[in-house]
Amino acid sequence: MTIIRPARPFPWHILFFISPGLFIYLTVSVYPLLDTLWLGFYHEADDGQLSFAGLNNYSKLLFNAIWSDPFWNAAWNNLKFFIIHMLVQNPIALLLAVLMSSSKLRLRSTYRTLIFMPTMLSVVIIGFVWQLILSPIWGISENFLYSIGLGHWFDAWLGKEGSALITLALISVWQYVGMPMMLIYAALLGIPDELQDASVVDGSSGWQTFLYIKLPLIMPTIGMVSILTFVANFNAFELIYAVKGALAGPNFSTDIMGTLFYRTFFGFQLQQGSSTMGAAVATLMFLMILLGVVFYLFLFQRRVQRFAL
Amino acid sequence: MEIRQLSIRSKTLATMATGVLLSSFSLSALASETLTIESWRNDDSKIWSDIIIPEFNKLHPEIKVVFAPSSPADYVPVLNAKLKAGTAGDLITCKPFDASLSLYKKGHLDSLTDLEGMKNFSDVAQSAWITDDGANSFCLPMASVIHGFIYNKEIFEELNLSVPKTESEFFSVLAKIKSESRYTPLVLGTADQWEAATMGFQNIGPNYWKGEEGRKNLISGKEKLTDPQYVKVWENLAKWGPYMGRGYEAQKYPDSQNIFTLGRGAIYPAGSWDISTFNSQADFKFGAFYPPTPDGQDTCYISDHTDIALGLNSASTNKKSAKVFLNWMASKEFAELYSNQLPGFFSLSKHKFQVKDPVAQEFLSWRNQCDQTIRNSYQILSRGEPNLENELWNVSSQVLNGTMTPEQAAAQAEKSLTNWYKPHQ
Repeated sequence: MTIIRPARPFPWHILFFISPGLFIYLTVSVYPLLDTLWLGFYHEADDGQLSFAGLNNYSKLLFNAIWSDPFWNAAWNNLKFFIIHMLVQNPIALLLAVLMSSSKLRLRSTYRTLIFMPTMLSVVIIGFVWQLILSPIWGISENFLYSIGLGHWFDAWLGKEGSALITLALISVWQYVGMPMMLIYAALLGIPDELQDASVVDGSSGWQTFLYIKLPLIMPTIGMVSILTFVANFNAFELIYAVKGALAGPNFSTDIMGTLFYRTFFGFQLQQGSSTMGAAVATLMFLMILLGVVFYLFLFQRRVQRFAL
Repeated sequence: MEIRQLSIRSKTLATMATGVLLSSFSLSALASETLTIESWRNDDSKIWSDIIIPEFNKLHPEIKVVFAPSSPADYVPVLNAKLKAGTAGDLITCKPFDASLSLYKKGHLDSLTDLEGMKNFSDVAQSAWITDDGANSFCLPMASVIHGFIYNKEIFEELNLSVPKTESEFFSVLAKIKSESRYTPLVLGTADQWEAATMGFQNIGPNYWKGEEGRKNLISGKEKLTDPQYVKVWENLAKWGPYMGRGYEAQKYPDSQNIFTLGRGAIYPAGSWDISTFNSQADFKFGAFYPPTPDGQDTCYISDHTDIALGLNSASTNKKSAKVFLNWMASKEFAELYSNQLPGFFSLSKHKFQVKDPVAQEFLSWRNQCDQTIRNSYQILSRGEPNLENELWNVSSQVLNGTMTPEQAAAQAEKSLTNWYKPHQ
């Protein structure tokens, strides 16, 4: 027996409800993105006229030493910046989250608030405060190091080519460590007590419970934390700009993609800004992040096991 | 780590653009008879709003003027963003030479050749803000700044030192301060980089490349930055390091100003614009001396740089009032007011007037003793990629840091020119 259904009316209400969000997304996110990609194919003359230039900007950026040296320098510095975050920030965040989720810990919410506090402060304030702390002229770090017998280790870290980028990365780690900590902490809280109880009954030590029960269960969160770190680091700009300025000295040792983009797009001192060249740099930044995210999705996200709890 | 949406590119752009625009939102769009002045001189904003503008309003009460500076290092990018967005003020403070020339070429500045007040400025004064063919002037010259060294007179008396005239005297004074006291002999940092080039290289350099002669030869290609007279400048700078304060690699410009005004440092490589800051902050007597000459050289050369001018935004809706203001700025009253309220900025107009500040007078007196020139990287040589000015910042601060030899600095700076500049290829 067949039932003839009446034709469904077009679901106007759905369109109605998604249209405001869609409109905002299209105008402030999709359109500027496409426009930037498009602008990268143009050349801006001295009088401000735009003309189509094909891949010229990109070949300049990648193969002409005047542009490619700063570009690869920035990309490499950015990678170092990311690696320091992965090696320092995320393990510390994991450790803090595990400690925080221990049932024996007292004053838990106090610690949580204190560790999360810097994340909520403006980068400009963080940059300013750390510059003062580390300043060889007015700073307290030199006296502090002397008082614990490490005075001879002190140096003008922010001013030396070898240490400036590492110092800035560690400041950034200090500021943002609260964020992955909270995410991992939330994931740890989501693990049912029965599972942990069962493993204890089966005779596993605390370390084994962590390694074989908790860690596999929070793996998806750690993956997400890593990819968010990657995206944020390759997008970073504010801290370097606040502390070292757009020239990212000394000798461009703290130059990352964000500061390179800023100088190219807006210009700096007597360097003329070029919106088209800037758009090309921005596009390459976008592609780098896209590549990283795709890499992560295929190599990690699809393989990680998820457990229904 | 930050959590952000994945709309990465647009987010970066949007954050930067809004940040830049919002941080320096100007009033220009709001009131019709209000003139807004864009400037990088945020140190001067009190004097503009409390003294200079009220003085103008005595004559023209109907025109309201707002001085809206942005931070010096970000001035050019902020201004460019504002001009593109159409939110820039009516009057635009002009950097000398190519930075402003490119604004004129892009149609952001009006030609001021026919402005009544322009006749009060000599050709030399106008030279930094004129098209290559000399047909159009696009900014009204305001002031030049002179480089030299400011010193703490009390420290010099305490250590029984006299003002150095030659290079070897200069270094023996530094050595004496270092060995006989705990004062920082030479107050200069390299963290911001520009001081290394501006207060270092361009300050002492004219003595070696013979001022205008060398500057012109560099533009024509007769001289190269690898020639001995340029390498010698960096060799001189390379000897400064040991006399600069501990950790000078992380010392910023405001740090240097504070060290000197707190009386902790003896000699400060200066631009004359520092005088007004020091007047208000230092409670000791200070004086100035011109860059010590190389031993055996009689003529001294100083950098007397045409530094600051005012242009008219072509998108301004108040051009008539703006021209009234510009003409007032060409008057003798303004020249006298400006040069005395902001000692260290020396009016470029032809008017005769008295500068009362003793240190500013000292700087001015060098015009009679020494030959003058402007910074050699500003005219033409910073047009291409990479531009010479930014390159000089980098190599000069590296020479001071001891991470580059004078020869390497010269080679890298010259290479930046050979990349694009025909006469040097």
